[in-house]
Amino acid sequence: MTGPAQWGASGIFVAYGKTVALADVSLSAPAGQVTAVVGGDGAGKTTLLRCLAGALAPDRGSVRRPPKERAGYLPASSGIYPDLTVTENLDFRATGYGMSRADARERAAAYLDRAGLAAAADRLAGQLSGGMRQKLAVIAAMLHQPELLVLDEPTTGVDPVSRSGLWWLIAHAAAQGCAVVLATTYLDDAERAASVLVLDAGIALASGTGEQIVAAMPGALREETARPADTTRAWRRGGRWRVWDPAGDAASVRPDLQDAVTVAALAAAAGQR
Amino acid sequence: MSPLAQCAGVTRRFGQFTAVSDVDLVVEPGEIVGLLGANGAGKTTLIRMLLGLIGTSEGEVRLFGEPPSRRTRGRLGYVPQGLGLYDDLTLAENLAFTAAIFGSDPAALPAEIRPYAKDLVGRLPLGVQRRTAFAQALSHHPDLLILDEPTSGVDPLGRARLWETIAEAADAGAGVLVTTHYMEEAGECGRLVIMADGAVVAEGTADQIVGASQSVLVQARSWSSAFEALEDAGLQVALAGRGLRIPGADPARVLRALGDRPATVRQVPATLEERFFELVQQGSATGATA
Repeated sequence: MTGPAQWGASGIFVAYGKTVALADVSLSAPAGQVTAVVGGDGAGKTTLLRCLAGALAPDRGSVRRPPKERAGYLPASSGIYPDLTVTENLDFRATGYGMSRADARERAAAYLDRAGLAAAADRLAGQLSGGMRQKLAVIAAMLHQPELLVLDEPTTGVDPVSRSGLWWLIAHAAAQGCAVVLATTYLDDAERAASVLVLDAGIALASGTGEQIVAAMPGALREETARPADTTRAWRRGGRWRVWDPAGDAASVRPDLQDAVTVAALAAAAGQR
Repeated sequence: MSPLAQCAGVTRRFGQFTAVSDVDLVVEPGEIVGLLGANGAGKTTLIRMLLGLIGTSEGEVRLFGEPPSRRTRGRLGYVPQGLGLYDDLTLAENLAFTAAIFGSDPAALPAEIRPYAKDLVGRLPLGVQRRTAFAQALSHHPDLLILDEPTSGVDPLGRARLWETIAEAADAGAGVLVTTHYMEEAGECGRLVIMADGAVVAEGTADQIVGASQSVLVQARSWSSAFEALEDAGLQVALAGRGLRIPGADPARVLRALGDRPATVRQVPATLEERFFELVQQGSATGATA
């Protein structure tokens, strides 16, 4: 495919000793788009993002990413100095990126203002709330307008108001043409992204746009009001039960992304037994 | 019968700062009440008053019809954000310790955590730790469960399974008060209470709270160009998959801002999160003028 740059990973394997962290995982991160990597703890999200950011070389497979100075990376530990102020953190980062101080200050001021951090510019980063610190960390990672922005769980533990500020920063970076990849445990976040990769225990369970993942869901879903006798293929949703029939074709409920991702996990678990 | 938990006109001040302001809240047997709010909205202070860890400045907190005490604590199960487990005890020792404190029999381990019984909790995956914290909070069959962001870090299927555990406790007659930052979880609660700046700003089912609120959905050929045009027009734009949403906007204004960019624009019902924002912003505006 021609067109804008497409970063990503292709068929990568990573093992830590005997533990397989990623097995044949691929991800494409097109420019000007947000791609979400969804999964719980131990799914392999951080390993995949470290590979994309160039912080870890996969055992096998290939990674396409821009040179380090044109990438931005927010690791799971936010990379912010608690004993520097907000402005000092950003100045320090700008120097590291080789930006002129005037450019960096101008851009930082705009981001801080839009993210609701302007009043905190002179506060020590260590005194910020969790949500404010995450916004600062994302600003620090995107200050040099990278071509690829890799964010490891930017919204975890962040309240909805700060999360909205974070998502504005993310959308802004993508609108400027940046390829954004972010990890999350929540489908609330995934639904905002243009495409989604669902990871579980190092394996890709599903990928594509939300609509594609829903359309690819095998079998059919029905809704029941009472708890079914067998709950291995059933789960609660909004006070009712969703039951997945792998061979069924007569659905009584239209699945959404949350349903499709749950089914993918159930199908993978059934495959392991 | 009195409610399991009841706050009546509860206010809590720390010096000049009012953390909780005139809050009424009731949790009845068998219901799951979701407590939503931004950081600093007063959720944690309210929970600390319900647990009896701090007192009120004004108003009254009652648990099972009496003021919070060590006796009421015995009928209450609590999962804090940090889980409250001892990393250097095994999973079974953690549960035995809790059982000894509550004077209850050590609970049978749920099947999914049984294989880890002899492992130190600090070395267990977070999902297993979270299951253990749930088993610990439920082991003395509490009448009221208080859960502070119970599913953070859990994958969607694991989260559905934890919510089954929560719902089973409610079906068995326990009342549940749960805080969350995520709207996909708020949908699992029978009733929601939204707090902003210390006060309750909305209460009801998710549908009741969303009410007739609307959003504008934009599907543009170039989303980035549409995003910039809408931003420049001073509209609050949010990403939504391959589209954009502008909560509460006038569609005519959106169309004007888009100019001749190819796009479809339609009004859609607001999401709970969008309505939540509206309420929180209104709450802040009122708070600022007060």
